[in-house]
Amino acid sequence: MALIGFALVFWLAMWGLNTWIAASFWHGTRGARLVVPVVFGVTILVVWECLVRGLGVSPIILPTPTAIGTKFAAETGTLWVDFRQTALKGAVSGYFIGCSAAFGVALAIDRNPFLQRGLLPIGNFVAALPIVGTAPILVNWFGFDWHSKAAVVVVMVFFPVLVNTVQGLADNTAMQRDLMRTYSADYWQTLLKLRLPAAMPFIFNGLKISTTLALIGAIVAEYFGSPTRGMGFRISTEVGRLGLDMVWAEIAVAAIAGSVFYGAVALLEKGVTFWHPSQRG
Amino acid sequence: MTRVLPIATVLAVLFVLWYAGAVWMNSKWTLAQAERQGVELSFSEIVADTMRQDRPRLPPPHQVAVELKKTVIDKKVTSKRSLVFHGWITLSATLMGFALGTVTGILMAVSIVYSRVMNMSLMPWAIISQTIPIVAIAPMIILVLSLMGVEERAVPKAIISAYLCYFPVLVGMVKGLRSPDAMQLDLLNTYGASGWASFWKLRFPSSVPYLFTSLKIGIAAALVGTIVGELPTGAKRGLGARILIGDQFGNPIMIWSALIAAACLAGALVSIVAVLQGVTMKRMGFAR
Repeated sequence: MALIGFALVFWLAMWGLNTWIAASFWHGTRGARLVVPVVFGVTILVVWECLVRGLGVSPIILPTPTAIGTKFAAETGTLWVDFRQTALKGAVSGYFIGCSAAFGVALAIDRNPFLQRGLLPIGNFVAALPIVGTAPILVNWFGFDWHSKAAVVVVMVFFPVLVNTVQGLADNTAMQRDLMRTYSADYWQTLLKLRLPAAMPFIFNGLKISTTLALIGAIVAEYFGSPTRGMGFRISTEVGRLGLDMVWAEIAVAAIAGSVFYGAVALLEKGVTFWHPSQRG
Repeated sequence: MTRVLPIATVLAVLFVLWYAGAVWMNSKWTLAQAERQGVELSFSEIVADTMRQDRPRLPPPHQVAVELKKTVIDKKVTSKRSLVFHGWITLSATLMGFALGTVTGILMAVSIVYSRVMNMSLMPWAIISQTIPIVAIAPMIILVLSLMGVEERAVPKAIISAYLCYFPVLVGMVKGLRSPDAMQLDLLNTYGASGWASFWKLRFPSSVPYLFTSLKIGIAAALVGTIVGELPTGAKRGLGARILIGDQFGNPIMIWSALIAAACLAGALVSIVAVLQGVTMKRMGFAR
């Protein structure tokens, strides 16, 4: 009972703290923008821990954050092996192949308005489809190891990047193109100096969407067969053995991997599209 | 005509590629079979054989079409082997998740727009929540809900699809609710309008175009969520379950027909939202 009471008091106190920071003089500063969400996250963890202990929730339903943390620390070796198999070999390699293929196809389409009118609506349609469903087929074709996971990732990231790149390459005004023409710039010069830089915000939009899709694809593909390592494999076997603390440890790895992957692309975007209004705020 | 011709051409090319791929991928099995029997096959015989295998590596389009006709039109809707039946299971979970996700997204957007604390504490976590691959959580949601005694199989699927669907709605609505400019808000202030009135008369109406754009993304995401929810869990009903069962029984034609059905469902759902968007925008006076 005391734990539940503590959880409630802690929550109210932290809520008050955050309200105070948000209303205070420093609310616009970098520090405040970092502190407020961190306080929010810590509050959730503490309340979670106290409620699970206080209410006596079975660890099979919801383990405490400390139990997950202990498991995480104890099983770092396994988690690293799984991470390497799924995230590095499956997701990242597929991501690079898929994104470069989509970029190349987008450049090819862009030179031909006929292809553009034909492929763009289809690409838009396919980007909305549940492509994860192709996972069992690709696992069947490419075998159980990471190659099939990379193949699923390639198919999943291809269309968002393609559609965004084609849209981005079209995002310049007649005036800008005319200016390039008065400089007597040829196709490649116009591409490199005007159209690609102008397309970058769109391309990065597609790249950022694809980071999450890549991890989803790599993990789903493992449910259909994998060697005895990998995040998806570990999650499905541990769920079967009711080892929920290990499942949560893998989820933590997936969350960290996803955030770092996304953050890396976002950082790259900040460097490349520093001139764009959305980055100057 | 200028729009139909390019699309039709690309589709035709895709069909040709599909057939070529089917011949190429299925011919290995044909050749291995012929070698075992010690017969030499001519090219036309190989092609003919690749078109009618029982377990092709890549089923050619007409085999998928026949399977679709068999499971959509010929079977009774209530039959367990009817794709309409499985499509309905998936559709109902998708719509539940879509409703749940949309309401969550809108409520979160309203609280984010009206409260600076919520904006500062919730928004970063909403973004982080989308970088967590939901499929990692899916098997656990299903296990936990069944341990807690929730029997309805649609509930965990709906939660997963709501998780994928709320984010686009949240982002779109935050943008939309903030889209009225200072001049419009000031005008309402001079009228002495209450917060409630300015929400319903200005902020909400001006967010509707953003809302519909997000809903189109959201409903596609909700369908993906439902199918992901069916894939890793040994579900017996639903389009995802058909894909799973097809995989377990080594029946690629079944997987492909379920995939095509899912694609049609996605297309239909997005078009319905697009039509609703058109009608609503016209009635609200946004017509172009």
